Amino acid sequence: MRRCVIVNNPPIQGQGPEQPILSVKDLAVEFDTYGGTVQAVRGVSFDVHAGQTLAIVGESGCGKSVTVQSIMGLIPMPPGRITSGSAIYRDTDILGRKTINGQDIRGDQIGMIFQDPMTSLNPTMNIGSQIAETLTVHRGHSKKQAFARAIELLEMSKIPEPEKRAKQYPFEFSGGMLQRAMIAMTIACEPAILIADEPTTALDVTIQAQILDLMVDLQQQNGMSIILITHDLGVVARMADHVLVMYAGQIVEQGSVDDIFYRSGHPYTLGLRAAMPTNAKEGNSALTPIDGSPPDLFQPPQGCGYCPRCPHAMQICQDQLPTLHELASPTDDANTLGHAARCWLHHEANTQTVEAIHRVHSVPNG
Amino acid sequence: MADLVRVNNLVKYFDIGPGEKVHAVDDVSLSIGEREIVGLVGESGSGKSTFGKTLLGLHVKTSGQVLYKGEALPNKYKPNDFRMYAPHMQMIFQDPYSSLNPRMTIGEIVGEGLKLHSNLSQVVIRERVIDWLQQVGLQADHISRYPHAFSGGQLQRIGIARALILEPEFVVCDEPISALDVSVQAQVVNLLDDLKNRLGLTLLFIAHDLSMVRYVSDRMAVMYLGSLVEVGAADDVFFDPKHPYTKVLIGSNPEPDPISERKRKSTTIQGEIPSPVNIPDGCRFANRCPEVMDICRHKTPILISLTNLANEQKPRQVACHLFT
Repeated sequence: MRRCVIVNNPPIQGQGPEQPILSVKDLAVEFDTYGGTVQAVRGVSFDVHAGQTLAIVGESGCGKSVTVQSIMGLIPMPPGRITSGSAIYRDTDILGRKTINGQDIRGDQIGMIFQDPMTSLNPTMNIGSQIAETLTVHRGHSKKQAFARAIELLEMSKIPEPEKRAKQYPFEFSGGMLQRAMIAMTIACEPAILIADEPTTALDVTIQAQILDLMVDLQQQNGMSIILITHDLGVVARMADHVLVMYAGQIVEQGSVDDIFYRSGHPYTLGLRAAMPTNAKEGNSALTPIDGSPPDLFQPPQGCGYCPRCPHAMQICQDQLPTLHELASPTDDANTLGHAARCWLHHEANTQTVEAIHRVHSVPNG
Repeated sequence: MADLVRVNNLVKYFDIGPGEKVHAVDDVSLSIGEREIVGLVGESGSGKSTFGKTLLGLHVKTSGQVLYKGEALPNKYKPNDFRMYAPHMQMIFQDPYSSLNPRMTIGEIVGEGLKLHSNLSQVVIRERVIDWLQQVGLQADHISRYPHAFSGGQLQRIGIARALILEPEFVVCDEPISALDVSVQAQVVNLLDDLKNRLGLTLLFIAHDLSMVRYVSDRMAVMYLGSLVEVGAADDVFFDPKHPYTKVLIGSNPEPDPISERKRKSTTIQGEIPSPVNIPDGCRFANRCPEVMDICRHKTPILISLTNLANEQKPRQVACHLFT
């Protein structure tokens, strides 16, 4: 979905429009537990471009939430530890900083909404004051001023009777309404990036459609970027410009939404698609589950994490971590991330012919 | 196809205070044929789970009747009734974390049904449990572990093994896959399908994932605020919905296909499902319906069969004034 891009915050001097607004490089996060050290995220790099939606998909435990939580500085340290990487937001590295540098960016220029709105809001504060709090902290508004703005924001989030609703408490709201309130809170400072961690997983499809529409409307109004974490490929198809597919703490495939859905390059992406029913009218092809389970991230495998479950696995997959192979995509857009898959099948020397996986050319990791 | 289960005018109200009742299930009639999978869809709060539980006697019926193989089930189950019907009818619960006793081992949980309802020896029960654990994709050595040691997907499969070890004829599956990852969902769905073919299971499959319900079910029933609004063959309802609510529901379901998503016009409706307490007269969907008429606000539509649609085995029924 190509959308008009209106950047509310003008790009900083020296940065062209193609310059990503947020650039994450080689992020690695570990957690110390009783059982040992879990390597939750193992070297993730991606860019977020202004006005676009980046979807991160993957199974539970693949590290998608940890990735965005580390950008937001929400990883509890200890037990968590960011062992390497950087997240450059407009020339500032915001990774792992709890100091001033981070604070005037997080919650202000980067906002986040969470999966479960019921537990993410303070039950003892009314909705209006919770939204106003963001404005008093980041914008220095007086309480009264901020509350009045909170009512406007609730209205922007399409909550009926915002004056009355602002004085109510979370228990008086339904799940969909709470998610709207949370969006109102997040957009209070007109963030350049909105991170949404499974924003509609707890909601019904009709409410999900309303929330997704609201996010698209707001994106068109103020040109923010959205990082959308989800496991629902339907939501990805509807919302995303670019997609990252994560597995076992790594990005296994990235590309435009069409690359991922119509030219899947990684067996895991193909596996995910085969495991879901299509809405095709004719024929109901059988679902193909992905047998087995993701690898133990206490001791990440030497080779490809997907190897034991992969129908195309080769000897090298077990021995050596695949590099990211770039795949040519028919549309050459300046804003695309470039279609790439972390899979040995795309290596030049591979002799296996896999029709669904199209090998174009391969480049060293980078 | 003979009806295995027939529900006539089932009503379940919950009293919540003087003069106030939650109309969870209001006058629902539905029949389920032998070896048929009926999918029941609707938003949360529409009464799907209550319908499934009341059907099995886990809630006392307010009124109405459930026939099992033509024989009426008791209105209020006594302990002996459960003993009598449990081997024939089972339930797979929605939340695997709260429906398995954390202080029992997996072997005890899965084997409990056989212990209560058969004369098999401990050794045989253990063999059966291991056999079932393997059938649902777990390992024999899991038998002595406790629920906390398993992931959500594994727990859900333990719940399935527990429900199916007695080889029941009828199983109510209450959102058996909504807590699972996509790859595991396919495993569970294929498992249910396989068991249906092997054991001749009849299923009431409650879910809110419309694509999955269409894939799994023979027939689909759509519920809104305690009553059925549309019933018909799964593909017919999915591709040619008649009731305005079904249209909205199916229109809101995102497809995993970017091109068709880009073409699709937004069909979202404003508002949310109203409170099931003190339901107004007329059609329950009237306040959100895009095609609302005057009559909808004061006369309650009843489920009528549409005769002009050609699918005689699975006739379409719709509760909407547009079709009367």
